Amino acid sequence: MADGNSDQIGGEVRPNIQLPIYLDYQATTPLDPRVLDAMMPYFTGKFGNPHSRSHSYGWDAEEAVEAAREQVAKLINADPREIIFTSGATESNNLAIKGAALFNKDRRNEIVTVVTEHKCVLDTCRHLEQEGFKVTYLPVKQNGLIDLDELRAAVTDKTVLVSVMAVNNEIGVIQPIAEIAKIAHEKGALFHTDCAQAVGKIPLDVGAMGIDLMSISGHKIYGPKGIGALYVRRKPRVRLVAQMNGGGQERGMRSGTLSPALCVGIGEACRIAREEMAAEAVRLDALAHRFYDKVKAKLPDVFLNGDETQRIPGNLNLSFAYVEGESLIMGIKDLAVSSGSACTSASLEPSYVLRALGVEEELAHTSIRFGFGRFTTEAEIDYAAETIIGRVSKLREMSPLWEMVQEGIDIKSIQWADH
Amino acid sequence: MAYSEKLVDHYENPRNVGSFDKGDDSVGTGLVGAPACGDVMKLQIKVSPEGLIEDAKFKTFGCGSAIASSSLVTEWVKGKSLDEAATIKNTDIAQHLALPPVKIHCSVLAEDAIKAAIADYKAKHGQS
Ligand SMILES: Cc1ncc(COP(=O)(O)O)c(C=O)c1O
Repeated sequence: MADGNSDQIGGEVRPNIQLPIYLDYQATTPLDPRVLDAMMPYFTGKFGNPHSRSHSYGWDAEEAVEAAREQVAKLINADPREIIFTSGATESNNLAIKGAALFNKDRRNEIVTVVTEHKCVLDTCRHLEQEGFKVTYLPVKQNGLIDLDELRAAVTDKTVLVSVMAVNNEIGVIQPIAEIAKIAHEKGALFHTDCAQAVGKIPLDVGAMGIDLMSISGHKIYGPKGIGALYVRRKPRVRLVAQMNGGGQERGMRSGTLSPALCVGIGEACRIAREEMAAEAVRLDALAHRFYDKVKAKLPDVFLNGDETQRIPGNLNLSFAYVEGESLIMGIKDLAVSSGSACTSASLEPSYVLRALGVEEELAHTSIRFGFGRFTTEAEIDYAAETIIGRVSKLREMSPLWEMVQEGIDIKSIQWADH
Repeated sequence: MAYSEKLVDHYENPRNVGSFDKGDDSVGTGLVGAPACGDVMKLQIKVSPEGLIEDAKFKTFGCGSAIASSSLVTEWVKGKSLDEAATIKNTDIAQHLALPPVKIHCSVLAEDAIKAAIADYKAKHGQS
């Protein structure tokens, strides 16, 4: 009775599936082989310093870097001169937020952001609080989206910057970026958006959406790790205090020798994303629905975290009621997924994002982020769905709480012992 | 976290999962733990007229260590008298499964579950 489904999965022959199945595309993505091909020459023969002005080694490298800059710009409808290469979205977020805040600190000293932002935005804001800035951390609604009226109330004529991510890394919800930009601009504030999870997934247009600063990461879009970009608007010009001083590369905003190979990599990744994004979104949407429908058909009491429709197709964050989180993770070793709780040695700490949504502690413990991407196959989706269905069924079969619920007992009415 | 082979075996192939009728006179039921703490164990013993535990079943909501601890004790109590079963120590469970220090509480809960099941049986039969 107790052990059933999962054994069947193990016994079946499944060609072309490499275990564990990678379903963690929000953590990072594999390098697209086309990206690697484009990068290789710049690791070997074309090793020049793109800032060398006196010979062809330097010129070749510079040409490659500028072509890459153009590819990044094109994807978001920017001018290449508005793209600054950095080491990743973490650095881009630091440069955008600290740079803009510090440049304008004599006139405006307030920042507005959101509780569900990535740690690198939240930590940067905490740092600025110590430097005398006042930061407002907006809450989110149960669907993970901000309330625009609350934003309107929080932005004042002392606000220097509003920073809101386009797509959340844990739950995949899409914030209404264009509306947020408009509210920021009404009070004369700048608008920054962390688009690490949005670029290449949803159409982005810095002009049409009113974006002043946008952070981009290479390794979330099938490009290399260790490179990112920051879009910095030129008209009207957005000015930043550089966070890295030196030779004045990247228009003085980010000194240091660029890596042409990495620049070429993020450029090629952006080119592919521009050409394939629309078709890829349709395919991922079908895969995500296939997975979700299979799971929902076999398992009651499964909850989707984050808005049902305002979301990217490659992310499903699900909570499974009446099973315990750690035992679930232990049982799905064939799936490389991220659990909503960071499993520290002693206790499960529910994610701050789910907590911000108001997800109950016990449900937050069993939440799992399934991330699908360019190389996810239908066979992998089916295997993953069967694995999770099998394990959750087995654990529920074993769960006294599930048994009580089936008998119609209200678990909350029971006087549980403290311990 | 690396778990011992025995622990993983009990987690993957738990012994004696299930329930007896709580109302049956020959059954003692122990329900310990709390959902908010992440562990709830239900352990049941079926006692023969001669006073021996002839069968045991469990259901556990909890981590792999909690599942393994309760699965293990259902095996250990079978064939024992109530007094013998009451001597099972959490340290024996922890040692057998090589529980990591942060999981010792799971073995404590399993010991509590046996004691609670025995107490329930005795209460039904007017013993104490
Ligand atoms: C939303 C978001 N912002 C920023 C980052 C950091 O990006 P990077 O690894 O390029 O520094 C990540 C990735 O973890 C992310 O998901």
